[in-house]
Amino acid sequence: MAVHPNVLLRRARLVRAVLGAAFAAIGLAFFQAQVLQNAAYVRQAESNRLREVPLPAARAVITDRHGEVVAENLPGYTVSLLTPSADSLRSALRTVAEVVPLDSAQREAVVRRFRRSPTRPAVVFNDAAFAVVSALEERRAGIPGLIIQSAPKRFYPDGPAMAAVLGYTSEISEQQLLEPRYEGYKAGQQVGRTGLELQYEERLHGQEGRRFVEVDARNRVIRDDGVRAEELPRSPEPLRTNLDLDLQRFIHGYFGDSLRGAVVAMEPATGAVLALYSAPSYDINRFIGGMPRGEYDSLRTAPHDPLFNRALKGNYAPASTWKLATAVLGLEMGLVTMDTRMPQRCTGGYYYGRVFKCWDKEGHGDITLAEAIAKSCDVYFYQLGLRIGLTNLLAGGVRLGFSQRSGVDLPLESRPIWPEAVSYFDRRYGPRGWNRSVVLSLSIGQANNAQTPLTMARFYSALATDGMAATPQVVARPVERTRILNLTPEQLAGVQAALADVVSRGTAAGAQVQGLTIAGKTGTAQNPPYKDNAWFVGYAPADQPRIVVSIIIEEGLHGSTAARVATRIMERYLKARLTMGAVPTD
Amino acid sequence: MRRQRQLDVPLLAVAALLTGLGVAMVYSAGQTDSPSALVAGAWRRQLAFASVALVVAVAVRRASVRMIEWISPPLYAFSLVLLLVVLVFGTGTGTAASVKGWLTIGGQRLGQPAELAKLATVLMLAQVLAARREVPRALVELWRPLLVVGVPWVLVMAQPDLGTGIAFIGMCFAMLYWSGVPPWMLLMLASPGISLLLAFSTGLWGGWFVALAGLLFVWRRPIGEAVAVLAANVAMGGVAPVLWDALKPYQRQRLLVFLDPGLEPGAAGYQVAQSKVAIGSGGLLGKGFTLGSQKRLGYLPERHTDFIFSVVGEELGLLGVAVALTLFLAVLLRIVRVATRASEPFAGLVAIGIGAIWLVHIVVNVGMTLGLMPVTGIPLPFISYGPSFLLVSWLAVGLLLRLSADGRGQADAIGL
Repeated sequence: MAVHPNVLLRRARLVRAVLGAAFAAIGLAFFQAQVLQNAAYVRQAESNRLREVPLPAARAVITDRHGEVVAENLPGYTVSLLTPSADSLRSALRTVAEVVPLDSAQREAVVRRFRRSPTRPAVVFNDAAFAVVSALEERRAGIPGLIIQSAPKRFYPDGPAMAAVLGYTSEISEQQLLEPRYEGYKAGQQVGRTGLELQYEERLHGQEGRRFVEVDARNRVIRDDGVRAEELPRSPEPLRTNLDLDLQRFIHGYFGDSLRGAVVAMEPATGAVLALYSAPSYDINRFIGGMPRGEYDSLRTAPHDPLFNRALKGNYAPASTWKLATAVLGLEMGLVTMDTRMPQRCTGGYYYGRVFKCWDKEGHGDITLAEAIAKSCDVYFYQLGLRIGLTNLLAGGVRLGFSQRSGVDLPLESRPIWPEAVSYFDRRYGPRGWNRSVVLSLSIGQANNAQTPLTMARFYSALATDGMAATPQVVARPVERTRILNLTPEQLAGVQAALADVVSRGTAAGAQVQGLTIAGKTGTAQNPPYKDNAWFVGYAPADQPRIVVSIIIEEGLHGSTAARVATRIMERYLKARLTMGAVPTD
Repeated sequence: MRRQRQLDVPLLAVAALLTGLGVAMVYSAGQTDSPSALVAGAWRRQLAFASVALVVAVAVRRASVRMIEWISPPLYAFSLVLLLVVLVFGTGTGTAASVKGWLTIGGQRLGQPAELAKLATVLMLAQVLAARREVPRALVELWRPLLVVGVPWVLVMAQPDLGTGIAFIGMCFAMLYWSGVPPWMLLMLASPGISLLLAFSTGLWGGWFVALAGLLFVWRRPIGEAVAVLAANVAMGGVAPVLWDALKPYQRQRLLVFLDPGLEPGAAGYQVAQSKVAIGSGGLLGKGFTLGSQKRLGYLPERHTDFIFSVVGEELGLLGVAVALTLFLAVLLRIVRVATRASEPFAGLVAIGIGAIWLVHIVVNVGMTLGLMPVTGIPLPFISYGPSFLLVSWLAVGLLLRLSADGRGQADAIGL
């Protein structure tokens, strides 16, 4: 083809135009990516190469009422692995297992944690021993993604004394992670498991910080620090409780290894819980960092179930400590005064369809209500109960708070047992399965009546003051008081005098403390096939009560046993307060 | 004789600059936080082969155009044989691991016959087209050039190497246009391909089909040719979708991945995403030579070969990209100049063919790094690591220098 030069030039122009257009288009595409969308791509590149490593925050310190530390944090180490996939995590775990002991169940637990939050380092050891840390540190090069960092570890200086009230922390469970309460929590974090730690989780939980490490495409950590400014963890202010550490220690020491039961001590006017103790106790520090299953099982199956919180969940027949409720109801209804005598004198028993025994076979004779309280005469209260009548007694019990939880700020409190109406018996035993003589047993705190040390303490806080019951509070809130006793001041003074007589010359006479007037009521509850449980609920000083103590001693045989312990507790508290008051504190 | 020794300095300089940039980028690609010995040492081999390539280019420059014409048919035949051999014994690599494109003897990869085939086909096609005396009046008259391109194209697509296939098509159309085939005839030639592209929408395809029929009438095409073109369009645009629907999903997926490996989410999709992040995060001025974090930390795949332009984008920024693109544009414009000044049709066609191949390589490779083009695994001329490809590229530079020296010195609008 012979071609004229001008034709060629025209073709060349078109070719140049095509070239120009193609390069302009490419240039524009790069301009768009590198200038217009630059910020978005920079973010992507950052999230590509930076991995967030959480910096665990210390939980808030918990103190007693005087500022003594009852829960704090010690430096510990966590070991975790940062891996891109479950498979690479498994292979890293196999390497770790060659260095330190790590069984297959533990390894699977780590993989589960990873699945929950794949972008976070999967925690291998929450609380690694120093030997483990140093062994792993030596082999660090061979374990890609290994992250060892210091992490605060919960410590309870008085673990066994405080177990029942503090609870403990442990790693958040997979189930908890799904609950709305734990929204924002991540697998591997510590949460309160029971007690105050659980109740005030939101208040105690620290705000996790974070640092960044640079990883390559295979998720190996290339640079550890200085990649981006780290955010420091923040821990909340210490949580001050109403508890008295000295009293807790004293109670723990008194119970020792021999006594079982529970104690609640509180201020009658405010409901401030001074001590809350359950025996046998255990060291809550053993739970921190994860308790090996075998150890947990041995604790769970230990004799007398130490994990059972008797102060919070122990429903015991209140026995004679409940007679005060019967007395109050009789007084309120105007059926009796403190000086009223019953038609039938106590000869050691009372016939109502069958013989209902008094605890004292000798009998108490013809006595007034005040004397019946001091001597804890069953026959007197059988007759008072019959006068009150079953329906009124049940309704009165409800009004006095025996069918409700005490409302203490601790999780998992048991509801006491109290029949709210006659229909309860119909439901339970069938219309013909029971008879009205149950009112006799109920009026002396037996039969279908089971109370916790907390509910009894609440009832006695009303007796100790002006008839208003205070809701127990471990952590101070605005005081919550409810009027439950509709007695005249004279009536109330009479009841209080009778309660003082219990200790000065009644059933708890052996429990007197020099220089202290103590009021209260013993209780001895039959507990077949075991020995009798011993109760004492009371307050001191009798004229101006500053402490209510509610105590149950399992198989304590007689209320006077409990009374002796209770009065020692009161003495300790009141005398310690006296001496401490002399020394300027805080 | 004096004019024959005249050296096209700008062409040589720009090609050398691009090669230097390439060696630098290959060096940078090896600078990672968890180094791979193979990639880290690649720049030395690239540099060594660049010097060899320079010698080859000088040697080729000394040959005469007659000799080049003479050697074209045997070279073409030889490259066809190699393409056949590689179909049977070939191995894959890089982003195109499933492609049988590499000639391997005793475990040693010698090179990709397709690279040589491209150059040989340019020479052969130039010869066939230059032998024409008149402008073709019917499509049928194009059977010889189409056969010359079609045979190696089929062999390349059988590997399957889509990128090189596109390069062949681009080269074919550019050379046909330069040889004087009228644009409407090129449109007719391209129409089945356009039909295939539009086949996804019945409306668009229908519109195109009506327009094409109208054009055939306006151009007064012989009835036989018109029917053949329309039939080809129906086959590609009308029948293909029906066949497509009849395919099972996994078969479709295979076809799609064959056409666009980027659809395979695991490998190629990840590569493109990471490449875009690298380039986009580079910004205006880049993160600095050897300092690209995406590259350093191993997020960039094939960073010294197919995705080397992503390293340019990340480390040198839009500025580096603009410089590299400008150098490429300069080479291509220089080639247009060589073609325009060529003393005979063969020379001009060879220049245009080489330029077209490089243009396709640049557009497809650079477009791939931004996800604008399918990931086909074709390298970037002068920049991507690859000794055999560098040799062939400089062989072409040698040819261009020869052709440039033989040019008549005709006045040109652009002095490049």
